[in-house]
Amino acid sequence: MSNGSRTLSFVMRQTKTLIRCRTLLLMLIPALALVIIFSYIPMYGVVVAFKQFNYADGIMGSPWVGFQNFEFFFKSGQWWPVTRNTMLYSAVFLVVNTFLQLVFALILSELTSRWFKKTSQTLMLLPYFISWVVVGAMSYNLFNYERGAVNSLLVGLGLDRIDIYGTPQIWPFLLVIFSVWKGVGYSTVVYLAAITGLDQQIMEAAEIDGANIFQRMRHVTLPSIAPTIIILFLLHIGSLFRGDFGMFYNLVGLNNGRLFATTDIIDMYVFRSLFTSGGMERGAAAGLYQSLLCFITIMIANFLVRKYDKDYALF
Amino acid sequence: MLSKSQSTSRMKLSTDKVVFFAVGYPLIAIFALFCFLPFWLVISGSFTSQREIIVSGFSLWPKEFTLDGYALSLANPGAVGQAYFINIIVTVTGTLSSVFICTMTGYVLTRKDFPWRFGFSLFFFFTTLFSGGLIPTYLLVVNTLGLKDNILALILPGVLSVWNILLVKGFMSSVPFEMTESAKIDGAGDFRIFLQLIIPVSTPVIATISLFTALGFWNDWFRATLFIDSPNLRPLQYFLHQLIVSTQAMRAIMDEAGIVTPTLPVESMRMSMTVIVTGPIILLYPLLQRFFIKGLTVGSVKG
Repeated sequence: MSNGSRTLSFVMRQTKTLIRCRTLLLMLIPALALVIIFSYIPMYGVVVAFKQFNYADGIMGSPWVGFQNFEFFFKSGQWWPVTRNTMLYSAVFLVVNTFLQLVFALILSELTSRWFKKTSQTLMLLPYFISWVVVGAMSYNLFNYERGAVNSLLVGLGLDRIDIYGTPQIWPFLLVIFSVWKGVGYSTVVYLAAITGLDQQIMEAAEIDGANIFQRMRHVTLPSIAPTIIILFLLHIGSLFRGDFGMFYNLVGLNNGRLFATTDIIDMYVFRSLFTSGGMERGAAAGLYQSLLCFITIMIANFLVRKYDKDYALF
Repeated sequence: MLSKSQSTSRMKLSTDKVVFFAVGYPLIAIFALFCFLPFWLVISGSFTSQREIIVSGFSLWPKEFTLDGYALSLANPGAVGQAYFINIIVTVTGTLSSVFICTMTGYVLTRKDFPWRFGFSLFFFFTTLFSGGLIPTYLLVVNTLGLKDNILALILPGVLSVWNILLVKGFMSSVPFEMTESAKIDGAGDFRIFLQLIIPVSTPVIATISLFTALGFWNDWFRATLFIDSPNLRPLQYFLHQLIVSTQAMRAIMDEAGIVTPTLPVESMRMSMTVIVTGPIILLYPLLQRFFIKGLTVGSVKG
């Protein structure tokens, strides 16, 4: 009886909220509709990874095949190279970029010429604003065998040409350089904003106390921007197993098999499956594997940060 | 006064600062030039004659200055024009709807008198942790929604950004709730409060997310690669991508057959097309940069 009345009062309270907040709820409808259609329905759509898909029956009507698609992916001999490449690239990009971003931000924050700071920031940010397609055009311009600027330079110096698009060993370095080129400016400016937002009195106090510029950076500036560093780092750790598809697709190309040993990532594997007959559900299996890896990584990373300091955690 | 005393204290440089500046200035300068160099090569390449590119390759400065590449690029202005047109439509409608919806959602989720705000926030936030991935999304758009070769496929999937909602939420949590409360007492409805009171005080965050959203739509080629076959619906980046791939293929065939056609400025055409496609971003760049740097401080209001 009392249980029933409690349920009743709960329902009544929720109904009252519903009526009182009806306009607010109406205002949420567009976003809810979009997130359900474009995020939650695809989440349910991962069942295609357990099916043999055909267009006529759609995702729901196609027959179940259990873990067959996963078996194919794991036995194909490709799951490990693509997983390893995805993870290594993300990790190296993250470490190299974070290091350079911090170094550049620390330097820029201490330089005194306003004109120099402004100009260099302008130039460093430029690559952030263009698409990977344009970067692909630039890269071809630099590296193609007959007419690339790099090869013209080598020939001009009396050296041999290098077939860059046919040499897999070069690409890990090139891709890191491209990632630095396109991404360092952006986060440098983010860190620089964090540093300029710091209380200048602490800096001056440190200077008066006799700290030199390097000691001041090490003991005052860096600890003060630690929250920003940790949050940005954490956001990226979450995508350790998600490669930058645009980068690999436009720089390496989808079907440049000569480079796959060092450049193929999960995202490219999944994308290629769209164009292979009967490959779609296998691609979906690889995609689900990737999504689960991402989910687990971000949960672990967040858990660790939470243990270290609750305020820095994402959630 | 303060700046004066600062500048006098900097007149006498201590050794650590001398070392710091001696390393810092050149390092930053070199990196800044490194960032700019590829842009310069494209611009220079777009003015270089085909013959020079074939004989001596791309270089920093064209020895034979020519506008042939641009002439060929614009010989058929219909195709580029159409791609520009699609880009503008997609960017404008996409950005307007996205910014409006994300701002409105962010506002509702910060309303203290809305008891379900935590539940809904979680519902949105969860999508940043787990995603269905490419194949289910592709099948949804193509098979379930039937949007293959439809301009909506370029817009709709990009409208909702949970990150932007979070950014708006962060900004709006610093807008005093009393504003909403007193307007309610005066009899204003929730939607009207949002339109007439909240939007005007939120211009900094709105400018920031507008910039990022517009940039995302303008530079998008991925959705077009997935969902568009019709030449009339190609946006700019996809148009450029196809041009690069097709001229590359054409060149490979010509090279294999040993045909050299210095008359057709394919290489400089590719570069001039890159300039044409990137042009608006570069022209708007000073404005973009100012908003962008402002936007960074908007994000930090959160704390």
